[in-house]
Amino acid sequence: MSKENLVLRLNRVSCKGCGICVAFCPTNVLAIVEDNKCKIVNLEACIKCGQCELRCPDYAIYLEEASGE
Amino acid sequence: MSDRSKLVDKYFRTENLPHIWCPGCSHGITTRAIVKAIDDLGLNPENVVIVSGIGCSSRAAGYLNFNTLHTTHGRALAYATGIKVSNPKLDVIVITGDGDASAIGGNHLIHACRRNIDLTVIVFNNSIYGMTGGQYSPTTPHEAFGTTAPYGNIDRAFDLVKLVEGAGATYVARGTAYHALQLTNYIKKAITHKGLSVVEAVSSCPTYYGRRNKLGDAVAMIQWMKDTFVEKRAYERLDEEQRIGKFPFGEFVNIEAPEYTDKLYQMINEVEARHEAGV
Amino acid sequence: MNKKALLMQGNEACVRGALYAGMRFYSGYPITPSTEIAEMSAVLLPTVGGAFIQMEDEIGGIAAAIGASIAGKKAMTATSGPGFTLKMENLGYAVMSEIPLVIVDVQRGGPSTGLPTQSSQADVMQTKWGSHGDNSLIVLSPNSVTETFYLTVEAFNLAEKYRTPVVILTDEVIGHAREKIILPEPGEIEIFDRLPPLEDRPYRPFGVEEGDKVPRFAAFGTGYRYNITGLYHNESGFPSNSQENAKLMLERIHNKLKDEEIIKYEKYQMEDAEYVFLAFGSTSRSAVAAVNELRAEGYKVGLFRPITIWPSPEKAIDEIASKVEGICVAEMNLGQYVLEVERIAAGRTKVSHLGRANGDILRPEEFVNHAKEYFNER
Repeated sequence: MSKENLVLRLNRVSCKGCGICVAFCPTNVLAIVEDNKCKIVNLEACIKCGQCELRCPDYAIYLEEASGE
Repeated sequence: MSDRSKLVDKYFRTENLPHIWCPGCSHGITTRAIVKAIDDLGLNPENVVIVSGIGCSSRAAGYLNFNTLHTTHGRALAYATGIKVSNPKLDVIVITGDGDASAIGGNHLIHACRRNIDLTVIVFNNSIYGMTGGQYSPTTPHEAFGTTAPYGNIDRAFDLVKLVEGAGATYVARGTAYHALQLTNYIKKAITHKGLSVVEAVSSCPTYYGRRNKLGDAVAMIQWMKDTFVEKRAYERLDEEQRIGKFPFGEFVNIEAPEYTDKLYQMINEVEARHEAGV
Repeated sequence: MNKKALLMQGNEACVRGALYAGMRFYSGYPITPSTEIAEMSAVLLPTVGGAFIQMEDEIGGIAAAIGASIAGKKAMTATSGPGFTLKMENLGYAVMSEIPLVIVDVQRGGPSTGLPTQSSQADVMQTKWGSHGDNSLIVLSPNSVTETFYLTVEAFNLAEKYRTPVVILTDEVIGHAREKIILPEPGEIEIFDRLPPLEDRPYRPFGVEEGDKVPRFAAFGTGYRYNITGLYHNESGFPSNSQENAKLMLERIHNKLKDEEIIKYEKYQMEDAEYVFLAFGSTSRSAVAAVNELRAEGYKVGLFRPITIWPSPEKAIDEIASKVEGICVAEMNLGQYVLEVERIAAGRTKVSHLGRANGDILRPEEFVNHAKEYFNER
């Protein structure tokens, strides 16, 4: 699957704000913001490596095929 | 549009999410690794049975859309043995914690290993009893703190890998929540392996173990795994001084040996045939 | 039909009954005086394609049997006092998660390791109250080798029909006695199998369909993926903390066993009895001899023998209590089932206890003396 077809999705309802995805994102795409939850702050920098999805304990952030829209 | 990944939609009982685990608890990471392994292997979900005991980790079973059995404390392996013997075509995976598997369930663990019955055991090892609020477990390090070890743990800890290897497990690996990709691979190999497989999944409990032992937040605990666990082959190249404060992860045992249900049904089939022939 | 009479031990009759009922899995741990049940199962199960496994302990013995039942096999485990104590945790699990299972307790003298080779009836209350929480289950008590066979078949049928653990409460005397038995032919006794899910509707693993007594049972691996837990759970099997749900669920588990169909008992010389022995299991045999002896001397005595110990035959005992002058509850313990009889009699008749817990059976003369004492004082 080509990475170009992938989009980064964040379900903020599921996010518990642990910050693991933020810490291990290699390109600083994510941040914990005022409401203590994750937010995509720099989507352009996303290299779609999937490190966030791999370690999100709450299944709140993931890569999805864009064709689904 | 669903607000969850295809993997989660496919294998989780999403109506029961969010799960009960604390923010930053790595059990969610390990549970996903199990599901990813099942998906990668293309197992038929109808034949997948998840058996768990009691504790935080054992709650995983309820969230997963397979045949799931949440049993009594420590007994998951005994229940799983009955299931596997009764229907050997099922892929039986046991999800258990360090206390569940090696304290109250220690006897079942060593005997399941001894029999080499084809079960896959994933031990979520967070070195603490989380569900009851942070008491020390058989894998709490010596001198670490728990609510029942307020002056430091005087017990010595089990090395689960060595324990199950000694008891006869024929596939043994250790992964961590940080090394989730490798962990998924070990789980895949464990499921495919014919015989008793154990994967120790090093986990973090920021709420109880982390706080009691001043290890920082959830991120710091995952970072600790990254900094502390060294792939086995690299670990073996370290000299004694370099090994201080480091632990190996990887595959420790991968051998072939007669499997219990195979031997059992070989015997049953022979006896039944003799009986039917009137011998 | 020309049937052959066999000489058989109670423990063997139990295994023969289990196989007749369709047992295909046994797991247990050796313990006197139940061990012959494990040994016979090990010999006979493979001959019908069934599995016997010896587990690492008593707890594993019942846990594996529950697992087997969940995978669709009719499963049994057997033990005696100390082992029965160890099984309590998972006996409660089978009650709570409604798993069909047969557990045999061949009673021996207790407490603790007690008298391993001698008889007792001191586990009566443990069968009902031994596991924590408000348990409800079925307990059957045979008084002969032949009845051990038939009640074991019945135990499997009830376990399947009501989705419940059923305890066969036998004892060292019945377990080790050798008696004549004529085994029934296959098909002679009706065998009941748990009802599978209905295909015309979504499966509710813990919901009761109209006209059914209990939820339908889908074995793992048959295409219904659901959750089983010992926590209070909703109809889908997922844990629930709701107090309303807990109330309804516990009531349902209790009420399903308030079915008169379950209750079995035997009456002997009860028609005009003024004084009644109430005895079960091996003790009831001495009671029969005592009734015969007392009747020969003109005393109007009878015997009421509960076969279903739990749920207790409440209606029948109630009726007796309103008719007779006295009930003597005879049991090999210091006074257990007598408490249940006193509760039901509620002061309407004089309830006394004849019992001992030293490993020795109660002898007919003890019954005779006990009754005569009553009649003399009258």
